[in-house]
Amino acid sequence: MTGSATPDHASSWRRLARRRRAALGIVAALTAVAFVVDVATGPAFLSPMAVARSILRVTEDRTVDTIVWSIRLPIAAMALVVGAALGLTGAVMQTILANPLASGYTLGVASGAGFGASLVIVFGAFLPLGEAEAIPLSAFLFASLASALVWGIGRSRGSTPEGLVLAGVALLFLFQALTSLLQFVATPEALAAIVFWLFGSLTRATWGRLAVVAGLVAVMLPILALDAWKLTALKLGDEKARALGVDVTRLRMRSLAVVSVLTAAAVAFVGTIGFVGIVAPHVARMTLGEDQRFFLPGAALAGALVLSLASIASKSVVPGAIFPIGIVTALIGVPFFLVLVMRTRRAYW
Amino acid sequence: MKIAVEDLRVRLGGRDILHGVGFAAEPGTVTALVGPNGSGKTTLLRALSGMLPHRGRVRFGTRATAPREAIGYMAQDTAGRAVLTVFEVVLLGRLSRLGVKVSEGDLAAASRALDVVGVAHLAEAHIGELSGGQRQLVHFAQVLAREPKVILLDEPTSALDLRNQLHLLDLVRRETRARGLTTIVTLHDLNAAARFADRLVVLHDGRLARCGVPETVIDDDLLAEVWGVAARVTLDDQALPTVIPLGALAAGSSRPAAPAPGGLA
Repeated sequence: MTGSATPDHASSWRRLARRRRAALGIVAALTAVAFVVDVATGPAFLSPMAVARSILRVTEDRTVDTIVWSIRLPIAAMALVVGAALGLTGAVMQTILANPLASGYTLGVASGAGFGASLVIVFGAFLPLGEAEAIPLSAFLFASLASALVWGIGRSRGSTPEGLVLAGVALLFLFQALTSLLQFVATPEALAAIVFWLFGSLTRATWGRLAVVAGLVAVMLPILALDAWKLTALKLGDEKARALGVDVTRLRMRSLAVVSVLTAAAVAFVGTIGFVGIVAPHVARMTLGEDQRFFLPGAALAGALVLSLASIASKSVVPGAIFPIGIVTALIGVPFFLVLVMRTRRAYW
Repeated sequence: MKIAVEDLRVRLGGRDILHGVGFAAEPGTVTALVGPNGSGKTTLLRALSGMLPHRGRVRFGTRATAPREAIGYMAQDTAGRAVLTVFEVVLLGRLSRLGVKVSEGDLAAASRALDVVGVAHLAEAHIGELSGGQRQLVHFAQVLAREPKVILLDEPTSALDLRNQLHLLDLVRRETRARGLTTIVTLHDLNAAARFADRLVVLHDGRLARCGVPETVIDDDLLAEVWGVAARVTLDDQALPTVIPLGALAAGSSRPAAPAPGGLA
């Protein structure tokens, strides 16, 4: 109980920060490797070295370049940005809703998107737009509508986590019921298309769509980063965050808006790929703690890595075919996640 | 900075919680806020901290509001399961100054607060792994790390053992004197309040029952009227009042029906 300022705690905390930066670096390196392997995997086998050379434009090989740049790169890159978006949204949701089960999908955003897509698949013939544009657009609109409704309903309850979750879960069931209704009235072809859309697939990636999702992640990450310490304070609970000077309601609403846009964009282009949004934040939390300056980029990287690995697996399960990635993600993610949960001694939630 | 409160009113959920409370707290002094459960102590502290809308007049020195950084408020509930180290929780006390890079000054303030409160050995533990009492000490360290001008503590000793209660209250008084802080702390233990506070503010049903120095405020009438408790109040060798509770009074009566000679003491 001395009053002198001993720098010991400060320097050991700085060491901890260095370890966390190193961990982030390792995950980033693993993600880069997974990305190259992802591009190399497919019906025509390419060596990872040839892929790396083509990506970096070191040498020119027209066959390799065509396969890499026209077909596989947008898909593999989409896996990274969608994984990062889902990891990030899951991390923020778990923080602002104070709930370990939360993800970008918790508040009905994904089921809103599913309904929007189904609506176009069933009634798209009446639209002046082609399905390729109309489906993502409608998915995005209904995802946004869902989050706006959650926001509005949650506000009437003072924007507490409980109020938001109750509103979100109600909307989730509403949109699922509406989607089921559409499936019930749909033609067999449309029904198959809806089911396939809901599986989630990265093969819908194009350079244009990739740019939209990547751009949104690039814009939203710094917005969240500005709130990093406030979000960290929110982890202590609403009352304590308020005592520290955080406008809790505005922070929660601002973060919810960011998360909604990211989730809606990710879901609109690739469909519902579940579980990444739940597992990635937990991996980040266990390795990096909840100082959000490390936690948020960590969750984004973990999401990118998990989805990239899932993308590799989706192409390897059945040679020559691409297994729906939404299924693969859960099949790989769940055992991995359970091992992690069972082996961890410390309480992480 | 002096805190002057006049006719403070707070309405929550359609119910009046505070019906016009007034008192003043001087820099360098500890004011203990006492009163039965539901008398409005926490509401008063939250209103002063700026977290609750209120009517009436509150002055911090010459200003109507104090800057948020100047107020260190410690909530009653210190539970939480964040995966944050004790050092990080204490560092969060400096929230408004923290950037992507944490400055040396902020790290030093957090270190100092950990040392002063005597929880430095817990610096690397996760906050969720601590006992309730340890968490209370850590949150007090967070308040000190803020280097505030005003300290508002809501039952800071509720989870502490006897030794830590004495340690924390002693520390509160020492820091208040040394830094010229204006400190308001809610307490349930009247004897501790009489010993550690310079002044007492007694709340009853959202109204000010009494306020002043402990020896003039605490007497057996007050115990009967406000707490509904039969008690004997004696003065110790330092002329501080000591409350010896005898028993709960029947509701509505202001005198014990039949004060048992000797009573519970």
